[in-house]
Amino acid sequence: MPRTVVLAIISLAGIVGCSQPTGDVTPQTTSAPSYEEQLRLQLETAKAGDIIVIPEGVHSFSRGLTLNTDHVTIRGAGMDKSVLSFKDQIAGAEGLLVNASNFTIEDLAIEDTKGDALKINEGKNIIIRRVRTEWTNGPSTENGSYGIYPVQTENTLIEGSVAIAASDAGIYVGQSRFVVVRDNRVEFNVAGIEIENTVHADVYNNVATNNTGGILVFNMPNLPQEGHSTRVFDNYVMDNNTINFAPAGTAVAGVPAGSGIIINSNDKVEIFANRIGNNQTANVLISSVFSAGYSERTFADAFDPYPETIYIYDNEFSPGGNAPDRKELEALRVATFGEDGRLPDIVWDGVTNPERNDAMGVICIDNGEAILVNVDARNGYRNISTDMTNHRCVHEKLAKVTLAGQ
Amino acid sequence: MTRNFCLWILLGLGACSQPPEVRLFPADLYPEQLSAWGVVVRRGDALVFTSRAQPYELNSPLFSDYALKLRTIWLPPGTTAAFNADEAFDFPTGTIVTKTFFYPRVNGASPTILAAWQGWSGDVEAINFIDHEIIETRLLIRQSDQWDALAYVWQGNDAQLKITGAIRRFEIELDQQTAKLNYLVPSRNECAACHATNHSTGAIQPIGLKARHLNRSYPGDEYNQLSIWQNKGLLSGMPSLDQVQKTARMEDAAASVDGRARGYLDINCGHCHNEKGAADTSGLLLDAHTRSVHQLGYCKAPIAAGTGSGGRLYSIVPGQPDASILIYRLEITDPGDRMPELGRTLIHQEGVALLRQWVAEIPGSCIVEA
Repeated sequence: MPRTVVLAIISLAGIVGCSQPTGDVTPQTTSAPSYEEQLRLQLETAKAGDIIVIPEGVHSFSRGLTLNTDHVTIRGAGMDKSVLSFKDQIAGAEGLLVNASNFTIEDLAIEDTKGDALKINEGKNIIIRRVRTEWTNGPSTENGSYGIYPVQTENTLIEGSVAIAASDAGIYVGQSRFVVVRDNRVEFNVAGIEIENTVHADVYNNVATNNTGGILVFNMPNLPQEGHSTRVFDNYVMDNNTINFAPAGTAVAGVPAGSGIIINSNDKVEIFANRIGNNQTANVLISSVFSAGYSERTFADAFDPYPETIYIYDNEFSPGGNAPDRKELEALRVATFGEDGRLPDIVWDGVTNPERNDAMGVICIDNGEAILVNVDARNGYRNISTDMTNHRCVHEKLAKVTLAGQ
Repeated sequence: MTRNFCLWILLGLGACSQPPEVRLFPADLYPEQLSAWGVVVRRGDALVFTSRAQPYELNSPLFSDYALKLRTIWLPPGTTAAFNADEAFDFPTGTIVTKTFFYPRVNGASPTILAAWQGWSGDVEAINFIDHEIIETRLLIRQSDQWDALAYVWQGNDAQLKITGAIRRFEIELDQQTAKLNYLVPSRNECAACHATNHSTGAIQPIGLKARHLNRSYPGDEYNQLSIWQNKGLLSGMPSLDQVQKTARMEDAAASVDGRARGYLDINCGHCHNEKGAADTSGLLLDAHTRSVHQLGYCKAPIAAGTGSGGRLYSIVPGQPDASILIYRLEITDPGDRMPELGRTLIHQEGVALLRQWVAEIPGSCIVEA
């Protein structure tokens, strides 16, 4: 106990007053602590190596929970058996906030939080496995923002989880490095899965249905890290036509209902071998920050708003783009493709870096009959083009993301 | 009677054979009762603190649901804190900082109704358990390797250590109306939510014990607190007082609105919204060191505010408080949206009024690009 040595008890006679207190003595209550208090005590006093077991049942919480200890596992009995319910929450901006590394959470549910359900702020070696986050009332603007939300993490695995009815993103990975998101189910969120300002992410074998937008790969301005190098593959991205219920002003408030996969201002993104269909605005949307509801807003000069080095191949598209949730897109659908026509599978705002000589290689497509429409958003949707010349190209494929210790 | 008792104590006239002692404990032996530390104790109906501790006040304090706060600092005899121009002073091992949160009671109300803060005299003698609801005393303990944060909740004659914190439910009088107050005593990890000002290291730091916040006199005293600490040998390395930064006090009508608003943002928001803080994820920086107006929120889109945007587009729209997310965050009490995330459940009317005026006076507008 080195501290004891250093802090050998120091005593001094300094206090004014007498030694014995007087006055009323309030008897201590000795009722057994609630489960909320038991779990909070486990989290607050956790030691490295602890496995905190959440028993079966629906457990109600009035305050958010916080874990600050590295090397802790929280384990329930199943995402439909061990439920942490925050319906009655009156304090805390999250359900569970984790500021720690080497953290694993598995087999439980977090429901009805006032803010984010599970937020992990800065940490390495994070595993989120078979966790369900849900707002049980279904889609509502009043719901919390994010279901599963690691931010500024590294070496992060999210698998086998379920995220439902977040008013922003069901699974939202922000400003992170080396991330795998696989085998999850996301539905009835504004954004099913959002990878934002993240470097080296693999997103695969997920089911994204009935969101406003299925899978988003975004870069936002003015953050410590810009993202690139994300692979989105082997996902099922179908029927993402839920009306956008995000609060105005948020990044995803500009997502048109009926978006399958959206790439916004991100670079080196590969989309392949997904099954994508019946997303009524477009199966794949590619845009600069200028077309994402941010056109009036400013950002730091250093920010690169142009999506580049995008590679789309071998996806299985089924029809979409029949009812775009943007009047400009709907008008051009009718004008260009006919009253009963559909937008092509890939819709691009066509905004490129003015310093670039041509659009060759910005987006490469090798996907059979699927074509791209350049809607020329910067020039008021004037020069609509389905000319594939600039897109018949290949990019070097990105490396698989390998997580340390997996 | 109460007052006489207090005076009697403070004058040291009591026939006290065994005065309590300040004690330090290692982290694995923190006592369950506050009195064991010997720094702040209940004596009769009075709250008293060791004569060797210094009470202190801040130019612009953190808003805590209109609670009054008695702050004290005690340094082991013969030790000295090292001055720092920008950050918290470097305090010696064994330093104990206390902050006791209390409210005046509305006269004659039964059960208790709390009175909202109207500013207080700083008169320690006036704090007693009859006229006041004394809720908790928080400690920051400087161990050799780190600061630790503890909260003790008052119950009867002593305060009990509450690692998990607590919610205490009260009625509080605001604008002659009674409102419900769910007062949050922070858990240990919730203490770190604010005091780990560098979120990457997670190290706990004092927030108020910085030169710019301390650069003032204690209420009723004519001498500057920092000068007193220097003269008592508690503080070393301080330049002459006119070289020391000073946060404008929010109620100081003679100070600039910008200075008062930035001081308010610094103490209320800067512990998370700084370039190493927990809220650097937002790209919004509100501490005193931030110079970029964009980082400060001018025409800055939210990143992950979610419903906290209140449907507004920018953190600050110059000249338009009602279009600014920052103002929305202060005027909402929903736990998922309000700011700060912890420690505020009520709206700080005076703080909101100040920041509204500040935003209203910022020239310019958000420029249309592209």
